[in-house]
Amino acid sequence: MSGVGATVLAVGLLLGVLAFAVARPRGLPEATVAVPAAVLLVVVGAVAPKVAWEQVTQLWPVVAFLAILLVLAHLCAEEGLFAAAGGAMGRASRGSPQRLLVGVFVVASVITAVLSLDATVVLLTPVVFATAYRIGVRAKPHVYACTHLANSASLLLPVSNLTNLLAFSASRLSFGRFSVVMALPWLVTIGVEYAVLRRMFCTDLAVGTGVEEEPVRPAPPVFALVVLGLTFAGFIAGSLVGVEPVWVALAGTVVLAVRGLVRRTVTVRGLIDSASLLFCLFVLALGIVVKAVVDHGLGGVLGHLLPHSAGLPELLAIAAIAAVLANLINNLPAVLALLPLLAAAGPGPVLAGLIGVNLGPNLTYVGSLATLLWRRILQEHDHDAELGEFTRVGLITVPATLLGATVALWAMLTITGG
Amino acid sequence: MAGTAIVWVAEGTWPACVDAARTWVPDGDDIVLLHVSGGEIAAVQGALAGLLGRSRRGPEAGLDALSAEAVTALLERAAQRLGRHARIEQRSGRVEREVVAAADGAAVLICARDGDRSRLGPRSLGPATRFVVDHVPCPVLLVWPGEAPGVDSIPPPPPPGAKPPPPPPHDRR
Repeated sequence: MSGVGATVLAVGLLLGVLAFAVARPRGLPEATVAVPAAVLLVVVGAVAPKVAWEQVTQLWPVVAFLAILLVLAHLCAEEGLFAAAGGAMGRASRGSPQRLLVGVFVVASVITAVLSLDATVVLLTPVVFATAYRIGVRAKPHVYACTHLANSASLLLPVSNLTNLLAFSASRLSFGRFSVVMALPWLVTIGVEYAVLRRMFCTDLAVGTGVEEEPVRPAPPVFALVVLGLTFAGFIAGSLVGVEPVWVALAGTVVLAVRGLVRRTVTVRGLIDSASLLFCLFVLALGIVVKAVVDHGLGGVLGHLLPHSAGLPELLAIAAIAAVLANLINNLPAVLALLPLLAAAGPGPVLAGLIGVNLGPNLTYVGSLATLLWRRILQEHDHDAELGEFTRVGLITVPATLLGATVALWAMLTITGG
Repeated sequence: MAGTAIVWVAEGTWPACVDAARTWVPDGDDIVLLHVSGGEIAAVQGALAGLLGRSRRGPEAGLDALSAEAVTALLERAAQRLGRHARIEQRSGRVEREVVAAADGAAVLICARDGDRSRLGPRSLGPATRFVVDHVPCPVLLVWPGEAPGVDSIPPPPPPGAKPPPPPPHDRR
């Protein structure tokens, strides 16, 4: 199958797959529609079986890496890492909302970088929410900081975001070089987010009771911190001697898992659940669906739009296109579609595209199509009024962080020699 | 007939409102501790939805429960501080409009200044409180959380013939 028919079918299936993944009627896993969609595209010949298989073999190591990181974050939560972070942020704030915001920025940036954005959204945000209430300050600025930093502080390491893992495997950079080049964009982005949120929520940040009721002092999770530190050191050391970071992550995860299983703080079932295996299957199927969309039209369009060099204007254009695409569809299919095109142009364009797909979602987290569905969910829960405020915050931070991060990327590429 | 005093329990400023209720609300009157949540849940739900299947709990669950738990704890602390019988009311939506709606028909609304509290003036009200004070149909008892700044914090009057100051910031949210 080829031509207009294939294009319409592929695009329609991609939109359907994404819509289902966000709405998840009756709690069904997102792979429910994605896998049949991928199979259908292969059966009708929109994607050749060989191409589909290549796509799967290319993606599965990345997806396996993601599963390991998800388990690692789950184990850290079981060790009490996030509760301890909440206690530390509460104590360091001494009842001041401004100081709490600084604490949230530091903790959320580090957790996102080391344990990925999933950990920040799923595990840290509830802790921040509870901490704000406990010390009697308004939760809104701190929760916004968490959810924004989950995206924008995920620029630093290859392990910080699923999109990074994908870009990392496409860019052929070493773990160390990726992290060094992205360090400045990461810092600039966090700085911009801080300045904007501090200003936009100045009223909410002015009120605090100044007293922490019942300060909590959970035992510091020394073991988890040591394992995480060693894992991080292992990423860097491994990149120097040629050990793949996935093995380092696996080693850290196994250590924590064995300890958890021996002490009965975790169960095998809990570990398997935390790996989100059905989501991993969804990514593989999505890869095939996106491949069909790219091969039947989108690739040609993007090929014309995307610049092929690494000057500052070109990098800015790539980041902007990636951000728009992430908002139009979703950042995951966006990065899957962009990477094959950008990889040929070298690491600079790949990283600029990554900046776009990571920062863009702060405008519409799930892509505009899915946002329509999300809006419906919000309406059901009386939260639709908040969507306007959310979008206003994004309209300021997204262009500002995109610009700042891409200029910083260009500077780092120039300084470190391409 | 006994009236109803509504105490707007907002994070950061509620102790002052509860103290005011203890001082000013007559013994026979009913007291309602009102909390309105709004704002942060949408962002969190969006972020969870952005994770697709990895959010596990799904975007439509989880945070509502967490938020309700935190609000309940806050209202319990407020009730404890008040030290007399009070009814609890929880709402969600546009905060300023929900407060106005909740205070319709009340004998008094007790709320606190939540803006720039370094000096006396219109900016000592945040946008939501400004809206509430301007629109609520019942009398308002507006308290300073903590100590009020001195009268000398008011800027000197403009020289004769100067343009009048701009109107205070209205509901700009």
